[in-house]
Amino acid sequence: MPTLTIDGREITVEPGTTVLQACELLGIEVPRFCYHDRLSIAGNCRMCLVEQERAPKPIASCAMPCADKMVIRTNTAGVRKARNGVMEFLLINHPLDCPICDQGGECDLQDQAMAYGFDRGRFHENKRAVKDKQMGPLIKTIMTRCIHCTRCVRFATEIAGVEELGATGRGEHMEITTYLEQAIGSELSGNLADICPVGALTHKPHAFAARPWELRKTESVDVHDAVGSNIRIDARGREVMRILPRLNEDINEEWLSDKSRYAVDGLKRQRLDRPFVREGGKLRPAEWSEAFQAIAARLKGQDGRRLGAIAGDLVEAESLLALKDLMAALGSPHLDCRQDGAKLPGGVRAGYLFNSTIAGIEAADALVIVASNPRREAALINARIRKRWLRGGLRVGLIGQRAGLTYKYEHLGAGPQTLKELADGRHSFFEVLRGAKRPMLILGMAGLARPDGAAVLAEARRLAETAGLIREGWNGFNVLHTAAGRVAGMDLGFLPGESGLDTEGMLAAAERGELAALWLLGADELPMRRLGTAFVVYQGHHGDAGAHRADVVLPGAAYAEKDGLWLNTEGRPQLGRRASFPPGDAREDWTILRAFSEVIDKRLPYDTLADLRRRLFQLAPHFARLDAVEPAPWGEFGRADRLDAAPFGVAVSDFHLTNPIARASGIMAECSRLAAGGAAGTGTHG
Amino acid sequence: MLLDQDRIFTNLYGYQHWGLAAARKRGDWDGTKAIMDKGQDWIVEEVKKSGLRGRGGAGFPTGLKWSFMPKQSDGRPSYLVVNADEGEPGTCKDRDMLRHDPHKLVEGCLLAGYAMRAVAAYIYIRGEFHNEADILEAAIAEAYEAGLIGKNACGSGYDFDVFVHRGAGAYICGEEMALIESLEGKKGQPRLKPPFPANQGVWGCPTTVNNVESIAVAPTILRRGASWFAGFGRPNNTGTKVFCISGHVNKPCNVEEAMSIPMRELIDKHAGGVRGGWDNLLAVIPGGASVPVIPKSICDSVLMDFDALREVKSGLGTAAVMVMDKSTDIVKAIARLSKFYMHESCGQCTPCREGTGWMWRVMERLVKGRAEVSEIDMLLDVTYQVEGHTICALGDAAAWPIQGLIRHFRPELERRILDYRRAKAA
Repeated sequence: MPTLTIDGREITVEPGTTVLQACELLGIEVPRFCYHDRLSIAGNCRMCLVEQERAPKPIASCAMPCADKMVIRTNTAGVRKARNGVMEFLLINHPLDCPICDQGGECDLQDQAMAYGFDRGRFHENKRAVKDKQMGPLIKTIMTRCIHCTRCVRFATEIAGVEELGATGRGEHMEITTYLEQAIGSELSGNLADICPVGALTHKPHAFAARPWELRKTESVDVHDAVGSNIRIDARGREVMRILPRLNEDINEEWLSDKSRYAVDGLKRQRLDRPFVREGGKLRPAEWSEAFQAIAARLKGQDGRRLGAIAGDLVEAESLLALKDLMAALGSPHLDCRQDGAKLPGGVRAGYLFNSTIAGIEAADALVIVASNPRREAALINARIRKRWLRGGLRVGLIGQRAGLTYKYEHLGAGPQTLKELADGRHSFFEVLRGAKRPMLILGMAGLARPDGAAVLAEARRLAETAGLIREGWNGFNVLHTAAGRVAGMDLGFLPGESGLDTEGMLAAAERGELAALWLLGADELPMRRLGTAFVVYQGHHGDAGAHRADVVLPGAAYAEKDGLWLNTEGRPQLGRRASFPPGDAREDWTILRAFSEVIDKRLPYDTLADLRRRLFQLAPHFARLDAVEPAPWGEFGRADRLDAAPFGVAVSDFHLTNPIARASGIMAECSRLAAGGAAGTGTHG
Repeated sequence: MLLDQDRIFTNLYGYQHWGLAAARKRGDWDGTKAIMDKGQDWIVEEVKKSGLRGRGGAGFPTGLKWSFMPKQSDGRPSYLVVNADEGEPGTCKDRDMLRHDPHKLVEGCLLAGYAMRAVAAYIYIRGEFHNEADILEAAIAEAYEAGLIGKNACGSGYDFDVFVHRGAGAYICGEEMALIESLEGKKGQPRLKPPFPANQGVWGCPTTVNNVESIAVAPTILRRGASWFAGFGRPNNTGTKVFCISGHVNKPCNVEEAMSIPMRELIDKHAGGVRGGWDNLLAVIPGGASVPVIPKSICDSVLMDFDALREVKSGLGTAAVMVMDKSTDIVKAIARLSKFYMHESCGQCTPCREGTGWMWRVMERLVKGRAEVSEIDMLLDVTYQVEGHTICALGDAAAWPIQGLIRHFRPELERRILDYRRAKAA
C-alpha cells in the first residue's frame, strides 16, 4: 500500500490507484476531459497535469500510478500555468459557440474554462473547421467542437463493444469518425453524448429543445426493460423533455439504453387523454362517469368466473394490487400478469428472479445463456456481461438463436434438447459450469413463453442443481425478464387463482365465448383477435393494440406521470416518481380502479396512495425495503414434461418497438427502420 | 582525428560489398560465440563500462537500459526492438549503416538480444527505406543460412530470431512507444509511460527499443573492449559517433568521428568547410531538426557531445549537423521545421495537436514580418506551454527550434516586423 503526500497531506492508497484518484480521495479537484472512471486511460487531454517532486516535467495524474513516498503538488503556480496553457490550446480551435450549443450549461469545457481560461484570446489565426459526421438519428455531431478526448471511441470500443468509432488523420487534422458515416450499431449509443465533455456529440432528438437550467429534474426508474435502470426525468412544465441515466452501481452503473432514453417522444403521441366508449362499433369520447357506467352495466349480475384481467408490461405494483383486489371483490380467479404466456412459476421467487443480481455478473466465471438475447432484452445486463468478459476468464455458452452479442460465446445448440443434454451432464460445457467457482445461467423469456415452457424451466432448474449453480452464498440461476412490471405481478400473486385461467386459458375461453368481460391493464401484446365477443376494458396510456380492441377505454398514466413501485428482474423494489402529469382527463391508474370500485359498490379499502402502499407492504413486506434485493430461497419449480424439439425463438424481435410508448415514438420507429437495414434519409428526406 | 583503425563502420561509404563474406573480412561475426560465452551479465556490464549512450537522440545510457530487462521471465518472452525508422530531418546515418553494413546490426541484435534474454529482435524500418530493407532482409537471410542467428545461433545454444517490419512513413513512429504501437498493428500514437517498455512493451512483453547505431556498435565494443570505446571523447560522452553533415558545406557527408570533437574541426576536416569560409557561417542545427539552433559565435568553440551542447541550450540529438551560411533565411528555415512538426504531430494530446499548428502559423507570419513585436514573446510563451506538457517528446521537439530562433535571432525577427510595417505604411 503506497503512501504518498499530496499538497502536504499524506494518504495511503490501494496499489494501482492513480494520482488523480488519490487526489479525489483527499477531496482535491483535478480538472480532466479525457479521463473517465469506467473507460481505459488515454492521458491525452493533459488537463490533469500535476507536479511531482524530482520529476523533470509535470505528470498526467490520471495515468500515473501512486508510488511510495511520492510527493505531489496540485496547487502550485506551475501547475496552474500548465493547465491554463492546455485550456488555451483546447479553446483556440473550439468554436466558442456556447449560445447555440446544446451542451451549454452542462459542459465540462465551459465549466473548466471558468476556472482555467483567459478572458481573451491570443490566437489570431483562422480556426479549424471540421465536417460533421453522420451518426444516425440519435447522436448529433458538431465536430468542430470536438476536443479529441477519445472518450467516445473508448466507450464504443470498450463498453458498447462496437468498433465503429475511431480517429482518422494526424495532428490538427485528426477527426473522430464512424468511418462509414452510418448510425452507431449499438443499443447504448446515447451514452456517447453523455460522456462527450463538450458539445461535439449531443442528443439529436433533444437538439435545441431546452436549456438544462430550465428543466425540473425528477429521479425515477425506467420501465422499457426489466433492468430497472435509474433515470432522471427532465421536464419543462408538463412536458417531459429528456431522460438521462442516474448513477446506480448495482444496476445500470451510469449508462442507459437507447430505448429508455429516446422513446421519450412516445410519451407525447398516441396518448389516451379521455375515456372512450364503443358505440355502434366505434369508439367515441366519453366522460368518466359514462365510461364507468358502461362497464358497471356490463358487469352487473355477471358471475365472477366469467370475468378476467390481464396486466401488461409497464404496470407498477400499486395498480396491480388495486386490480387484483378489484377482481377478488368481483369474485374472479382469472388473473394473469404474464401476457406473453411465459410459464413463470408462482410461489417460488427464486424461480423467476435474476438471483445472481446484475452486479453479481462481475463475479461469474462461467455463463450459459438459454433462449435469450441479452443485448436486445436487457442491453445493460449485456454490457455487464461484456465488462466481465473483457476482464478475462469468463466462458459463455449460448443455447438458442445465434446473435451478435458483444462478447465471444460458444453456441451450444438451438433448442431444449441441448439444455437437456447439458442438464444430464452429456455436454462438454457441463464441465465448464461445474468446474467454475461462480457459474451462471440466464434463462430468457423465449424459453418460457412457449407451450413447453414449464418443462424448459424444469430442465433449467435441473441443470442449476446438477451443475452446482446453487451453492452457499451464490445462486447462479437467473431469469431475465423483459417486462418491468412482471416481477411485482409475480410477487403480488397477480396470477390465476383457484381453478383460474392463465392468459392462454382466458384467450381460449374468450374465443369460445365463455368470458363475458376482460380487463386489460396496459396489456397490448396480446392477439386481440382471439378475444372474440368478450367485453374488453382497456386501461392504459397509449392508443395501441389494446385500446383499438377495447369496448371501454380508461385513460391512465404513463410511468413518468405517476408515483409507483417497480421491481426489476432481480426483484429489487425501486421507487418511480412523478415528473409530469397525465394528459387531459387521464388519471393515475390506481385511482381509476379505486373510483370504479365505488361505482359498483365494491369500494377498495384505500383512499390515498399511502393507504394503498400500507396494504401492499402488509402483503409483501419486501416491497418496503427499497433498492434492496431480498435473496430468494431455492425450491421446487417448473414441471418435468415432454420437451418440444422446436428451437428457441426470440423474445424481443425488434429492440426499439417493444412496448406502447416505444411504438408511439417517432425516433424509435426511425431507429427500428435503420436497424432493419433501411437506408439513412438523405437530402430533403433527411 | 579518428584513426582509420578505430573506425567501427568501416564500410560506411559502401566501397565494399554489404554481404556476409565481405562483412566477415571486415571483422563482423568474429568470435561472436566467444563473446556470448562470457555471459549475459558480462555483456551488459561491458556496454555499461564503455559509456555508450543511446544514439537515437535522447542519449540514455545503453547498458543501463539493457539492465532494466527482467533476468527471470515471468512467462512472457522478452523482445529487442530496433528503431530503424530514421526520420529526423537531416539525419541519414542509419540508412548508410543499413545499406552498407547491415551485418553489424544483425550481429548487434544477436548480442544485445542475448544480453537482455530476448527471444527475438524486431527491426522496425522506415517505409521509405525500400532498398535498405531489401538489403537488410537479404543480410538476415544470409545470417540464418550461415547459422549465425535462428536456432542455436552461432553454435551458442541460444535461439534468436530477427524480423524486419516496414513502417509506413510517419515520423512519430520513430518515437519509442508509437513505434511499439505501430509494430502491434495499431495507429502510431505514443503510449503513456509508465508502464515503461522494459516492463510492458510490444504485445505487453518486456521490450527494449534501441537505435540502429546503438545496436550496431555493440559487437565492436564487445570485441575491442569497453576501455577502447571509452577512450574516445570526454567522460560521460564517450565513444565514436557517426555525424551527418549537411547544408551549406562544401562536401556534405556522413562521417564517423570521436565524440567531443570541436564542431569547427568536424565541419572543416570532413565536410570541406562552410561554403564561403567559416566566417560565412550563420548558424548550425547540431543534432537534427529537434534541437535548438546555435549561432556562429557558439559554433566557434562548441564541442560535439551531449553535455557540451546541452550547456549551450542545444543538444547532440542524432548528431545531424545542419549548417546554414549567411544566405539562409533563418526564420523561413525554422518555419519550415515548424510545418514539419505540425504535419507529423499524431494529434493525440492537446498541446502538440493544437500548439504545433498555432506555432507554425505564427512562424509563417514572422517570415514576412506580418506580426506584432509582442507576438514574439507570445510565441515563446506558447512554446513553453507545449514543451514538457505532452505525452511524448514531439512537443518538445516542435518547441525547441523556435526557442533557439528567438533566443539567438530576436533582432532579426523584430527587424522584419518593422520593415513590413514600414513597407506597408509607404
